[in-house]
Order: sequence, then C-alpha cells, then structure tokens
Amino acid sequence: MLELIEGYYAYFFLILLFLIGLYGMMIKRNLMKKIFGMSIVQTSVILFWITSAFKENATVTVFDPGIGLENPDLYLNPLPHTLMLTAIVVAVVTLGVSFALIIAIYRNYGTLDEPRLLERTR
Amino acid sequence: MNPIQIPLLIPVTFLFASLLTPLAGLLGRSWAHLVSLAGAVFVFFLSLKGLGAALAEGPLRYYVSGWLPPMGIEFVLDPLAGFLEVIITGMTVLVLIYARKSVEIENPDKAVPFYTLTMLLMTGLSGMVITGDLFNLYVFLEISALAGYALLAIGGKRAPFSAFRYLTLGTLGAGFYLMGLVFLFMTTGTLNMADMSRMLPLVNGSFTVTTGLILIILGAGLKMGLFPLHTWLPDAYTNASSAATSLIAPVGTKVAAYIMIRMLIISGFPPLIELLTWVAAAGIIAASILAIAQSDIKRMLAYSSVANIGYIALGITLANPLAFIGAMLHILNHALMKAVLFFAAGGIFIKMGTRDIFQLRGLPKKMPFTAGAMLIAVFSMVGIPPTGGFFSKIYLIFGAIEAGTWFFVAVILISTLLNFVYFFRVIQTSFFKPYENGGTTDDDVKYESMEMDEMSPGMLVPTLIISVVIILVGLFNGAIVDKVITPGHPWFSG
Repeated sequence: MLELIEGYYAYFFLILLFLIGLYGMMIKRNLMKKIFGMSIVQTSVILFWITSAFKENATVTVFDPGIGLENPDLYLNPLPHTLMLTAIVVAVVTLGVSFALIIAIYRNYGTLDEPRLLERTR
Repeated sequence: MNPIQIPLLIPVTFLFASLLTPLAGLLGRSWAHLVSLAGAVFVFFLSLKGLGAALAEGPLRYYVSGWLPPMGIEFVLDPLAGFLEVIITGMTVLVLIYARKSVEIENPDKAVPFYTLTMLLMTGLSGMVITGDLFNLYVFLEISALAGYALLAIGGKRAPFSAFRYLTLGTLGAGFYLMGLVFLFMTTGTLNMADMSRMLPLVNGSFTVTTGLILIILGAGLKMGLFPLHTWLPDAYTNASSAATSLIAPVGTKVAAYIMIRMLIISGFPPLIELLTWVAAAGIIAASILAIAQSDIKRMLAYSSVANIGYIALGITLANPLAFIGAMLHILNHALMKAVLFFAAGGIFIKMGTRDIFQLRGLPKKMPFTAGAMLIAVFSMVGIPPTGGFFSKIYLIFGAIEAGTWFFVAVILISTLLNFVYFFRVIQTSFFKPYENGGTTDDDVKYESMEMDEMSPGMLVPTLIISVVIILVGLFNGAIVDKVITPGHPWFSG
C-alpha cells in the first residue's frame, strides 16, 4: 500500500485536484465559482497527461551530444506535452465562451447566483 | 475527383464555409445563408459519394500530410462513418433551408452568427465521425461543443443561462473523455483507433484500461444526454431558437452516441457494458414518464430525445448483430422524426403563438400540412408500420430476444405504450377535442373562426420532405440494412 502511494502520489494528488474542481462546479452557487471549478478540472487533466510522460533520469526531448541517440530511454516522451498544448488552447477558448455567456446572463437577470437565477427563469 | 481525398474534404469544406460565411454576411444576410447552404449541399454529395466508394472498395483512408498511422493522424471513411456522415449532412441541408425563414422571424440580427456557428458545429461533428485518431476526436469534440454552446445561447432571454449549464456539464464530459484517454494512452502508447483495437486485447482486464474506458463512456454519456446525465438537455433545447434546436437535437447527440459505439468496438465490448444496458433501460422508462409530465411541446420533445437516446444505447450495449442494426436504424429514424417534430413545433409557435400542447386545438384546420407531417412523425415515434420507427423498434426487440433478456423486451414494449400516451395527448387535443356546452364557449368560438394559415413554404418544404423520407425509410428498410448497415457492422466486416 505504502509503495503504491509512494510510486503514484502525483496521480493521487491530481485526482484530488479533479475532485476539488468537480466539487466547485457542482456545489458552489455563484456561476463565477463554477467557472473556477471547471478550470481546475481542465488543469488537473492536463497535468495528468504531463505526469504520464515522466521518466526517471530522463531529459527533455532535444538532441544532446553528451547523451547521444543510442539509448532513447534517456529522453522523455514528447507527445503528451505537444498534445496538451492543444488542450490548453481549448481550455482558454472554453473560458472565453463561458465569460461571454456570463456577461449575457448578468445583462438579462442582474445576478450570477444560481438559485436566484433558477427562480427568475421559472 | 479522387475519392481518396473525400475524408479530408468533408470537415475542411465546412471549416472554409465557416470562414467564408461571415465575410459573405458583410454583403447581406441572404448571402451568408447561400454560402453556408452551398457548403452543406457540397458536403452532402461528397458524403454520398464517399459512402458509395466505401461500400464498393472498402474504407477510404487519408493520411494527413503523408504521415502513416500509427504516427500520423488518419481520416477513415468506413461504411459506418459514411452512414452517419450522410445522415448529419443531409439533416444540415434541410435545417439550413428551414432556418432562413425561421431565423428571420425569431432572431433576425443574429442570422449571420447563426449560419457561421452552424458551419463550425458541422466541422466538429463531421470531423468526429470521420477521424481515426482518438486525440483528434477530442479536438473535433471541443470544436463542435463550443459552437454548440454559442448556438444554443442564441434565443430568448433564458437561453444564455441554459447554455451555460450545458457548457459546464459539456466541459466536464470532455474532461472525463480526456482523463480516460490518458489511461488508455499510458497502457498502450498509441492514439490511433485501429492500432488501439489491436493493442487492447493484449492488456485485457487491466485495471488501468477499465478505469479509462469507464471515464470515456461517462464522458460520451454526458455529451449524448444518457439518462442520469441528461439534466442539461431539456432546458437547453427548450430555450434555444427553434432552428438551433432542430439542428442540434437530431444531429448532435447522435454523434456522441457514435463515439460510444466506436469506443465499444475498439475495446471489443467489455463486460462492463451490461451495467450500461440497465442504465439505458432505466433511462427509457424514466424519460418517457417525465415527458408525460410536460405541457410545453419543446420540453416534451426534449425528454422524448432522452428516451430515444436510451433506445440507441440499449441497442449498442446488448452487443449482438440484430440489436446493433436496430440501434443504427434508430439513429437514422430518430434524426428524421425529431427534425420533423421540432420543425413543426417552431412553425406552430410562430403561427399559433403557443407551445402549450393543450392549446393546440384546431391545428389541422389552421396548418393542415404541418399537422399531417407531424402525424407521420408521431406514428413513427410510437412505432406504427409502415413508418421507419416500427422497424428500428422491431430490430431492437429481436435483438433483446436473441440476447435472451426478456426484461428488456418488456421495457421496449412498455415504453412504446408510454410514447403513445404522451404523443397522443397532442393528437387528441389538436384533432379530436369535442365541443362543450353546444359550441358556445370562448375556445369553441375561437376554433370556429380559425382560417388556414400555413407556415411559409421555405419552412414547410423541408418538413414535408423529411416526413416523406420517414415513410420511405420504413418501406425500404430492408435495402438500407442489407446494403449499408450490415457492411459497417463490426461482427461482419471483422
């Protein structure tokens, strides 16, 4: 059990982060805080991918004459990093759309409190 | 044209149309409409041609910038993807014809953004269907989702709030998908679908893979509005403009269902789908009962969508050939029926000024053609031959019998009765409401003075076309199953 925690503690922390974000999205009443939660969820997923690329005693994927090309184990897997660049762009765009929606909601109803909004949209 | 380029051209044409539409919008709204319609018609013929080529010569594969899989991204148009592609692009063409008048009446100042977002939505959806790479699928998923949030936010005063709730849950669904994908990627080291389906049997039953699959199915379930995760759907559909709803309701959730089909095919139908069958069955019954409780026609149709997604999920997860055929046929049928019903609901709201199903009295007198088209769609929804809905339900029932699960046979039959209840309330009020007090009440006087006031031809023609197609699908369902669905079937094509 201790070995499991020691070997994978980063993943456990990231799952905890995911759950914190989920809590924010589900429980918080203010729409702005829901967006914070959403951001935390996306960030935890991105970090999860990056962590999955980690290798002990390996370096960044740039050719180093001192290490050479004989042993590819000495370089990290660059694929997750490049994929997550796309995911970060997606996260930013989602934030943009959600802020635009929040502005429209505030203009229509003058509040960002969810229970009050549910009352007024009835 | 070389058919090998078709898989790439389908999403790229939509993308270019989404760039050209706002430019054309500078000249005027009708130009924007024309450009987007031309793009959609072009892609529709491309997908027909692609489906024909895929059926004749096997899957069409396009390798982006010449990188061969599993390293590069590939676009694959196999019969299954071609079938979906023809459905969604065909629906887009008809919805765009309908949208011209409908948007003009409901949100005239939002017309150009509407057409632009429609093109962007279709870029994402057609890309999701056609891609052969799991991360590429995520990117297309987000393109379609972001366009969808904005599209559903065009509408009445309430629309932005319901679109926001969809946004939070939709982003969560995409987050689940990406989280699940990292588990699969850590285990297999590949993102190519074909490569993944070869790798997964080697690590069968691994805890990591199971966790990943559960997360991905959860994400797809959120996107398709599968029963306990459907809470965003009724509000979003009810409050959006009728053109946006009639585009997203038939097309959007179907593509999410297609992701679930793809993932289950890739993972070789793991045993955990038995649980999903029960969830789908619970969803069919619960959503049908909730639909009975609604009095707003759009809201009722939204709950009926949730129930029908349940049928599709049930057919997929029963995991035998007959049920699979039923699910695929139901994807086609449900897209057609829901389009007609939402078209009709939009037209009724414009002409009769109400969405309350208990005030639809005199509908056949005022709008005879709309009422006729709606009647056909309702028959198909309930499952009366020779409409298409009957045949997809009969395949689902045969599939459940073949799986030996009599409980699910009962679920389908009971839900048919529930369908009957909630749809025939509409028929009964609009067609057969009797006179009270010898025809002297206000309601009766209003009914007597009603004159024919049909919705405009631009909105009526697509409605009638689809209702004719519903009957044609019913009559020629044997040909569709033999020629198109069976070759796309994972058990037959290997």
